Amino acid sequence: MSDPDAFATLDTIQEPPGGPAAVATGAGRTLAGDAWETLRSSWVFWSSCTLIVILVVMAAFPGLFTHVDPASCQAARARISPSAHAWFGYDVQGCDVYARTIYGARASMVVGLIATLTAMIIGSAVGVYAGFFGGVVDALLSRLTDIFFAIPLLLGSIIILTSIPTPAGSAFFSILKVSAALAVLGWTSTARVARSSVIQVKQADFVSASRALGASRTWMIRKHILPNAAAPIIVITTISLGSYIGAEATLSYLGIGLQPPVISWGIAINDAAAYVRSTPHMLFFPALFLSLTVLAFISLGDVVREALDPKAM
Amino acid sequence: MKQRKLIVASALFAAGALALTACGGGSDSESGSDSSSSAAVTIYNVKPENPLIPSNTVEVGGGNVIENLFRGLVRYDPDTAAPINAMAESIESTDNKNWTIKLKAGQTFQDGTPVTADSFVKAWSWGAYGPNAQKANYFFAPIEGYDVMNPADPDGEDGPKKAPTPPTKELSGLKVVSPTEFTVKLTTPQSFFPVEVGYSAFYPLPESFYADTEAFGKKPIGNGPFQMISGDGDTGFTLQKWDGYKGEDKPKISKATFKTYTSDAAGYADLLAGNLDFMDQVPPSALVGNQYEKDLPGRTINKAVGIIQTASLPQYDDNFKNNPDIGKALSLAIDRPTITKAVFNGGRTPATGWVSPIVDGYKAGACGEFCTYDPAKAKEYLAKSKFKGPFSFSYNADGPGNKEVAEAICNSVKNALGVKCDAKSYVDFSTFLKDRSGHKMTSMFRTGWQMDYPSIQNFLEPLYATGASSNDGVYSNPEFDKLIKQANGEEGEAGLATYQKAEALLANDMAVIPLWYQAQQSGYSERLANVKVTPTSTLDLIDLTVK
Amino acid sequence: MARYVARRILQMLPVIIGTTFLIFLMVWALPGDPFAGRCGQRPCSDAYIQAETARLHLDQSLPVQYGYFLGNMLQGDFGTVSNGDTVLHQLGRAFPITLKLTTVAIGFEIVLGIGIGIIAALRRGRFFDRLTLLTSLVAISFPVFVIGFVLQYIFGVRLGLFRVTVQSGAPWQDLIMPGFVLASLSLAFVLRLTRASLLETLNADHVRTAVAKGLPRSLVIRRHIVRNSLIPVVTYIGADVGVLLGGAIVTEGIFNIQGVGGLLYHATKLRENATVVSVATVVVLIVLFVNLLIDLFYAVLDPRIRYE
Repeated sequence: MSDPDAFATLDTIQEPPGGPAAVATGAGRTLAGDAWETLRSSWVFWSSCTLIVILVVMAAFPGLFTHVDPASCQAARARISPSAHAWFGYDVQGCDVYARTIYGARASMVVGLIATLTAMIIGSAVGVYAGFFGGVVDALLSRLTDIFFAIPLLLGSIIILTSIPTPAGSAFFSILKVSAALAVLGWTSTARVARSSVIQVKQADFVSASRALGASRTWMIRKHILPNAAAPIIVITTISLGSYIGAEATLSYLGIGLQPPVISWGIAINDAAAYVRSTPHMLFFPALFLSLTVLAFISLGDVVREALDPKAM
Repeated sequence: MKQRKLIVASALFAAGALALTACGGGSDSESGSDSSSSAAVTIYNVKPENPLIPSNTVEVGGGNVIENLFRGLVRYDPDTAAPINAMAESIESTDNKNWTIKLKAGQTFQDGTPVTADSFVKAWSWGAYGPNAQKANYFFAPIEGYDVMNPADPDGEDGPKKAPTPPTKELSGLKVVSPTEFTVKLTTPQSFFPVEVGYSAFYPLPESFYADTEAFGKKPIGNGPFQMISGDGDTGFTLQKWDGYKGEDKPKISKATFKTYTSDAAGYADLLAGNLDFMDQVPPSALVGNQYEKDLPGRTINKAVGIIQTASLPQYDDNFKNNPDIGKALSLAIDRPTITKAVFNGGRTPATGWVSPIVDGYKAGACGEFCTYDPAKAKEYLAKSKFKGPFSFSYNADGPGNKEVAEAICNSVKNALGVKCDAKSYVDFSTFLKDRSGHKMTSMFRTGWQMDYPSIQNFLEPLYATGASSNDGVYSNPEFDKLIKQANGEEGEAGLATYQKAEALLANDMAVIPLWYQAQQSGYSERLANVKVTPTSTLDLIDLTVK
Repeated sequence: MARYVARRILQMLPVIIGTTFLIFLMVWALPGDPFAGRCGQRPCSDAYIQAETARLHLDQSLPVQYGYFLGNMLQGDFGTVSNGDTVLHQLGRAFPITLKLTTVAIGFEIVLGIGIGIIAALRRGRFFDRLTLLTSLVAISFPVFVIGFVLQYIFGVRLGLFRVTVQSGAPWQDLIMPGFVLASLSLAFVLRLTRASLLETLNADHVRTAVAKGLPRSLVIRRHIVRNSLIPVVTYIGADVGVLLGGAIVTEGIFNIQGVGGLLYHATKLRENATVVSVATVVVLIVLFVNLLIDLFYAVLDPRIRYE
């Protein structure tokens, strides 16, 4: 810690990147408004948004990015390395890796987003209520969380995925099922962290002051607790996106996740994993796209977290 | 301050970890690095699912160990798979139904007690006795008296009534004539009986087995060239050469350890690092581009074993019932050479029939033109068929390589016939088998067979005879049944010819599509010499030597 | 404080009972035939099916089966596994190994995760920060299997720095590489959480005051910043313990560790209810204790938090 530069951040941190130098003071300043002002002038915000938009377009209209049919697989050209003909090469079955990566965006992003959002909502709700109200509510909710911790992933996912019947041929329903299974089994970490964050914030003076002023509980949660406790939740949520896409792959590998003909990055990565020594290109490209997606969301989450931080400014 | 203590503790932990790293690398306290020839040969194994009792062992984890601890009436030559008399002096019959078995004199178990006719007769009766619930129980079914010892449940599995206790504990078809002779009476003639009795369920058992069966299951006392000195299923078993073994197949090594691994990836890594001496099958990922031959130059074996993979069509489903055209169409649509090259890199050979090439009586080309790749002809047959797809291929996801196979087959069918085909996965073998045995399949499904003993009969009767135990597609052809029964009673070449005639019938009906024969790709360390793979796909410990 | 601890311990009992029943129910509801595949490639004989059904009371209703199980468990009989061994013996063999592995993994999360997270926060926007972001992305995007396999090959097989697989008994030095691999995904979380938490605290009033007061920088960091930032991080690490205990199957497979993950996986495949429920019970016990310790630790980290 003797590096003088390390502490420069202590001084500069008071001015978040691209902080609004001249903001109209006076009536009408809200947290959201402040946040928007901050975000508007942040290049990180715009670049991650652009990347996300590109990925969403890729998920919605994969035909724009490639004319190759991802399901057209010829065993004779299995595992061929990238060339001018096929930019990302061919995979174990002889399918075009580039086409599969583009088309795989849809399932992966949908699973990732739905699972993450669901887990975030459930986890935050449980955590915030447990942390804020304490006492019996905390005991009930926390013990419930503990029970869910004990459910093994394999067992839980088999049960959830096999007890809900899927109408045949409905890819979207099966994606929904997988997302639900992942969210149901993954919300616990978010709940614990949210609870800890709320407990910490609860002790602050401004919370007591707010209570003394007669604020209702809902008001306090919304205006005081959540903004201050949001940071860890945002961090976990943005990283979870990537890990849920990976978890979906594990489920497919076990035979209970998404089934062919659905394509996803997770499935592509898992199919290629065993061959990483001999033909790494099959693994590398889907993993790269996954990294980019995660990067976009992590950066976005980072910059939003900073913008929402009531202490900065 | 607690804060400081936390930081100090963390720093100490990090320092400790680094120090351990320094002394962690290369410290091999296991036998793998000991280069003296008295060190144990380490062999890859998986955790046995059952206690080590011969009549209860039907999987490789236990089977690998047991086949070295015991010797049955016959054993199989490691090169030709032909049966060689082991404990038996002779096994003879005039009608293939009544057999006289004479034992070699002076054989003993590892606890000193003699191997007598009783050792076999009592063991077989014990295994056949229903309430003992032995998994290999059905191997004793051909012996007279079996049905009495396995009374059926009067109201089926789910009913409250239980099956009655059998009135006797002895197979009526077995009779002891003298300490070295006994007779066996079968219910139907079986010319392959001398080959069948080499299977592990027929091993003899010492008297101490009946005294404490549970202890025996943890540390068996056999009569084979090796005895168990220590170990358990979780970490592995250590075997040592038994000096009291009187058979002619005496081992040259002194110790062998069957080490239990949690995955084949770990085993392969240990093989490359020199901690493991032999692995019977390298992981599928090591086959790609002949990677395993590059990793282990000159230390690999690629040998055909008695395993065949097939795709079955459910004959109970309206789409496939009495519809040989659909089977022929699908069979012509599967590009076997390309798939075996792309997915297995030659580790499998395209099948031309329903019988493995390593057994006597194998005749190439039983499947004829239907096992070649011909998309044009495939489309012709599809047009003739009343059902034109879409298709699916069901498999169990917990087997390594199963997913690639299923997808490759479906892609081939898709490309050749222009119809939809999806690979349908089941989470594990148990779930898959339930639907498979419960006759709930709606399209192609994965089937396969690993021979119990090297005989052409074993590839035909248990799979395709009407009502046979492993006939999951419910295939039924009375002509086939007739020929099999006839062949079971015939000797030598005549019998083989009849079996081949039966096999030819399968091509007409095409209810089960032959895919490929399996070879085994084994790898071994630099310490071993004279490495051979037995017909049961295991390492032959008799001729093996350590450099 | 003591009353709080006593209350928490009392709450453990209903949780354990609830967990055992829930897991029992789940294994009971698993599709598939418990006897399929147990007898090799042929179906099991009627005799075997009957004997096993009687032994495990599979023909009775679910509450009755659960009753038998609970009754046996209270007498110390946790059941037997298919190969003759007792569930208790299997647990006693597998849990210490898994606990060791989990300890190593958690150790990495604490030392590397928090340490690097702090440095990344202080050097925000610089090269080090970006580098850690990149490494986190790799940990998230590449499955554990790949990371483990690659590290095992490079450092174990090729360079010979680490033992390729873990010896039976799992000595601590063998567990270093597996522990790191197991922790890799969680490291990304801990790292980013620490970084974000620290960045938040850096804005706090008391920090500005401390700096304005003229306190030495190291003291500000140690005394005011890190302690206050650690609560969510420590919570996440505690929550991770439960995840790692039962979910390390892939890592165990790669490094040949005979731990709980493999035990659970095989028991689920073979539909061995006794083993699965017993494992889940022990896991929930450990989770309860760890969470209790973490909750108490909050009071250490932040003296404003009190328990009555």
